[in-house]
Amino acid sequence: MQELVSDCFRKAFSNPLLDTLDDAALLPAVGRRLAMSTDGYTVTPLFFPGGSIGTLAVHGTVNDVSMLGAVPRYLSAAFILEEGLELETLYRVVNDMAQAARTAGVRIVTGDTKVVPKGFADKIFITTTGIGEILVEDPPSGHRAGPGDAVLLSGSVGDHGLTIMAQREGLSFATDVESDSAPLCGLCGRLLERVPVHVLRDPTRGGLASTLNEIASQSRVGIRIREDAVPVHESVRSGCSFMGLDPLYLANEGKCIVIVPGASAEEALAIMREDPFGREAAVIGSVTEEQPGRVVLETAIGGERLLSLLEGAELPRIC
Amino acid sequence: MNEQSICRSLLAELETLLAGTSMRFMEVCGTHTVAIFRSGLRSMLPSGITHLSGPGCPVCVTHDAEIAAFFELAAHENVILATFGDLLRVPGPSGKSLKHARAEGARIEIVYSPLDAVELARKNPSDTVVFLGVGFETTAPTIAATILTAERLGLDNFCVLSLHKLVPPVLRTLLDNPETRIDAFLLPGHVSTIIGLEPYAFLRDYHVPGVVGGFEPADILLALCQLARARRDGVDLVGNAYPRAVDDAGNPRARSLMEQVFTVEDALWRGIGRIPGSGLGIRDSYASFDARARFSLTITEQKKKSACRCGEVLTGRIAPKDCPLFGTRCTPRNPVGPCMVSTEGSCAAWFKYAGV
Repeated sequence: MQELVSDCFRKAFSNPLLDTLDDAALLPAVGRRLAMSTDGYTVTPLFFPGGSIGTLAVHGTVNDVSMLGAVPRYLSAAFILEEGLELETLYRVVNDMAQAARTAGVRIVTGDTKVVPKGFADKIFITTTGIGEILVEDPPSGHRAGPGDAVLLSGSVGDHGLTIMAQREGLSFATDVESDSAPLCGLCGRLLERVPVHVLRDPTRGGLASTLNEIASQSRVGIRIREDAVPVHESVRSGCSFMGLDPLYLANEGKCIVIVPGASAEEALAIMREDPFGREAAVIGSVTEEQPGRVVLETAIGGERLLSLLEGAELPRIC
Repeated sequence: MNEQSICRSLLAELETLLAGTSMRFMEVCGTHTVAIFRSGLRSMLPSGITHLSGPGCPVCVTHDAEIAAFFELAAHENVILATFGDLLRVPGPSGKSLKHARAEGARIEIVYSPLDAVELARKNPSDTVVFLGVGFETTAPTIAATILTAERLGLDNFCVLSLHKLVPPVLRTLLDNPETRIDAFLLPGHVSTIIGLEPYAFLRDYHVPGVVGGFEPADILLALCQLARARRDGVDLVGNAYPRAVDDAGNPRARSLMEQVFTVEDALWRGIGRIPGSGLGIRDSYASFDARARFSLTITEQKKKSACRCGEVLTGRIAPKDCPLFGTRCTPRNPVGPCMVSTEGSCAAWFKYAGV
């Protein structure tokens, strides 16, 4: 079993740094500062429209490294497998990871596998750690949003969260939603080369609303968002309305919030739209001095309200 | 015309109809509460309009004594409680919620439909499944149909704790209280699909107009315009501004299901107390499906000790922000009263959309 497993990893992830099979990967020296991030991945179901635990394990960590203004270079991958996991399932996951890593331009240079008795894990858990080279002097940070800045979003929100929920609940109506699992390193890299980016954040768990609130409170500024300007796919909008969910609070796995000086907004938008994962990018709002720490939503009918932090898990309601 | 321009023109019309007067209107439906806040409509209403969220969220009006009964049932061995999710976090008299009870070993299952509870009973023949029947006229017909299904299946391990409440009697109670100062009712869209307009006829005796409204901002504004016009013209209006969903006669088939299984009785409302003829109990002919009969439960009013002022919130006498617990000791994460638990509760809506 162990041999089969390591064979599977070696073949799929093969690259000169991994293939030496030493206890650790020997990485070449770089002159720049490094960004490092780690994340554990567990999802039910393992495969879903638009991705799998394998794509998430690569894209999630690649994106976290990218949000610091770094080009992700290397990943480590550690697997915890539940005894009895079908080998075919493992191959699919590993191939998804290999494919995702190739697309993102990162190499998986070291890894580990443990098999635990049945019931001690849920099929497969993956932890990935990423290292990237920081491109700019002043890396983007949640603290750097300032009044007058423009808030951009790289595309539609809610797709991943609704896809997973629809799969878990077996909702047949949500047939045309799929996860947005995607690497953002290309888009972020090109932006950082050409525009002074103040904040880069990926609105994963808690969605757009929660991430904007984090930025508002870290930077002690107000953020105004135009509801009309936030891209939401029609299938997601109708699925959410059926389930009583708000797409602005659903997780995304291939989107980023970009905050730049107002004067750079148009240029940033054009760069984002050139990228395959930023075609639906939009300017969704602005940073203000008023109401520091709060996010205000200008609604579709022209009113306004608070866009608050998510409070607890959303539960099915009575009517 | 797009939604924004429709709303703008309705708002202008509303302003004209008000002609400088004021109107305190109350909605009694959680979906209206959320729609008014979430769409931003609240921020656009003319200054003469005051929006009150009444006792329209089923979780919010559930009395402490009723919640105590949940815990009494949960303590029984061989009982599985089946409930909609939002009841799980409501704190009971001891401050603990069903979520706590579940963590301590009580068997509590979240269901999306009452029929799931029947399925649960079929799968667990050696246990008794008790469905917590909380809701208004909207949910009651479905629960009635569920009981009839259980009867048809010959299930003897399924029953319902019926705590259903009726909207028209509580409106009357609100109007009988001079402190509430309600000028007009935005009547609930969902409840009215079942009961129609006739049960609201008594509003005419109080000279307080009521209009059934839909849930889009323009639907709500249309109903508010009709209410303002009725007040300007001195018409005792009971009207329907949501005819695409609500038939003036309601849904007779759903009502006959309700009447077959349920009987009207007194009910306890949180923050308001006992209201005669405002609840639905299970008829004797279906006593074997009645959790109160099966477990000899008595639901009696106890003295309230909490500083939670939800009674005044639910009757529109104070705004949620005027409660001393609001946003400090009572938040959606750590709710003291049920109005902060349900996403449709008026306190939760204030907290989420208007801030502390």
